Amino acid sequence: MEWMLEHSTLMLLIAGGAGFFMALGVGANDVANAMGTSVGARALTVKQAVLIAIVFEFAGAYLAGGEVTATIRKGIIDAEVFNQTPHYLIYGMLSALLAAGIWLVVASWAGWPVSTTHSIVGAIVGFAAVGVGMDSVHWGQVGSIVASWVTSPLLAGFLSFALIKSVQKLVLNHDDPFQRAKKVVPFYMFLVGFVITKVTLVKGLKHVGLEMSFGSSSLWAVAGGLVVAGLGVLFLNRIHPDPEADKDFRFSSVERVFAVLMIFTACAMAFAHGSNDVANAVGPLAAISSVLANGGVIGKESIIPGWILLVGAMGIVFGLAVLGARVMATVGTKITELTPSRGFAAELGAATTVVLASGTGLPISTTHTLVGAVLGVGMARGIGSLNLRVISTIFTSWIVTLPAGALLSILFFYFFKGLFGA
Amino acid sequence: MSFGSSIAGLFGRSPIRPLQKHYDTVHDCALGLGDFFSAVRDGDWERAREARQRIAQLENQADELKKEFRLNLPKSLFLPVPRSDLLELVSVQDKVANKAKDIAGLMLGRQMTLPPSLADSMTDYLQGAIDTSAQAKKAINELDELVETGFSGREIRLVEELIEELDRLERANDDQQVQIRAQLFKLESGLPPVDVMFLYKIIDWIGDLADRAQKVGGHLQLLLAR
Repeated sequence: MEWMLEHSTLMLLIAGGAGFFMALGVGANDVANAMGTSVGARALTVKQAVLIAIVFEFAGAYLAGGEVTATIRKGIIDAEVFNQTPHYLIYGMLSALLAAGIWLVVASWAGWPVSTTHSIVGAIVGFAAVGVGMDSVHWGQVGSIVASWVTSPLLAGFLSFALIKSVQKLVLNHDDPFQRAKKVVPFYMFLVGFVITKVTLVKGLKHVGLEMSFGSSSLWAVAGGLVVAGLGVLFLNRIHPDPEADKDFRFSSVERVFAVLMIFTACAMAFAHGSNDVANAVGPLAAISSVLANGGVIGKESIIPGWILLVGAMGIVFGLAVLGARVMATVGTKITELTPSRGFAAELGAATTVVLASGTGLPISTTHTLVGAVLGVGMARGIGSLNLRVISTIFTSWIVTLPAGALLSILFFYFFKGLFGA
Repeated sequence: MSFGSSIAGLFGRSPIRPLQKHYDTVHDCALGLGDFFSAVRDGDWERAREARQRIAQLENQADELKKEFRLNLPKSLFLPVPRSDLLELVSVQDKVANKAKDIAGLMLGRQMTLPPSLADSMTDYLQGAIDTSAQAKKAINELDELVETGFSGREIRLVEELIEELDRLERANDDQQVQIRAQLFKLESGLPPVDVMFLYKIIDWIGDLADRAQKVGGHLQLLLAR
């Protein structure tokens, strides 16, 4: 450990590199899924989606990502166990980053829809259980994380189902759906603004040192919702019906109204993804940095330094710009089934679920939540066809990802132990 | 490299547009029958042969589309309507094209001519059947709107109205059939018996064409039924 403290800058560089590598994988893999729906529904171009993702991923990571980072850092493992051997924690977290990063690259290359969240959680559990001891893992906490992987798609599906049903009832089932859409859509925009502001205020601003009561944060959230809705109305005033397109498909003009709404839900989706998934990459990094900063003492509360979030955010942005954009172009050509009115329901349902989970500190999988949301829209008979075989592929990838991440991280853990000394 | 495969891969091909395209082709067959009839009335068998050729080509196209549709509807798809209903609907649609091809084939093969006093009412009668098919096309074209609204509310009522109109057209076509039979019955003693037999057959088949177009509406109703 002494050697490490002497060379703490070097260790941080190595850890930062591994964190960046992992974030790159997250950017390439997850973001394409999170943003691909808007591109697929023709509400955004790939370039616009990338720009929105850059801004809002960063905002989500910085403003609402703290809670999940803390869970990854000390919720999964019992830090007390490492008091005698703090360097094991460093080896382990480093291993977890490398293992998850490598697994992501391998899986992406093979085309398996794996979850970044599952791989990092599997990796942390793996090195701790095998490398250190079974009792070093908070099994109860791990259990609740795993349970949230099942409940979050269900919740997202339920929300999306309710949203699409409300669109059918409030807008499509009327004489003049276009005018109705113009009236109703700002309300959905309000919802987007409200949810995001609320979670940011209640959970996100703690590490900035801003504490708020539930009541005052609700007031602020209402204000945030109103601001977003007002902005939306400005956008909506520029949309006019297109009678020519309506001849072929009666809801063409209505969909153009919803396309505006989708720009907003895309921002929400990027924010949600940033708040949850950036933490996967930077959580282990934060753990390493805190051990080094406290001279090898574990358990001291320390605020996550800004540079760590920056590394995570940069990695995501880099991965998105280099690989994710290409992915999105292919994803975008495939998803035409999601018209803006359905796509918005899926995105808002998923984003709300993810942001709520981020607030409680549960690391969930954004992609799987989105899949649940899309299924919810399908249940409302709103989608031409869904390929259920993909569901089983996704399910298999869940099962495989946990042991794969664990195995890789155990290997790395022993490698570092041999390299730097036990 | 296929990142993001889980979301993009979740969407199967929507069966709605292919189904509509299929009926568009089928209806073109029925329209071709109109051209064929006018050539027969002019006694221009060269033009009639070309018209029948076109009908046959369209019917082949419809068959291809039908096959493709069936192949693209694996059991693992989650659809807004029962898979079996969709498969039946495409079969029912296809039968309209088959009938059109049969009518043209028989009339060309026997070089059938229409008795002059019957020609006008026969043309009207055929037009009635073609109109029935056009109405069925209209109803089928509402399918994408139905999916959009989740098969609920006003859209359902609108399609119900279209189907009612389709039934009305078919009944009107039935009435025309009764009248034409009566007309032919008065003429038949002065015509070659075999020709008369086949005329009755053609009259029957044109009625079948309208009938089959109406059945498309009936199957569409099955999709609407909860």
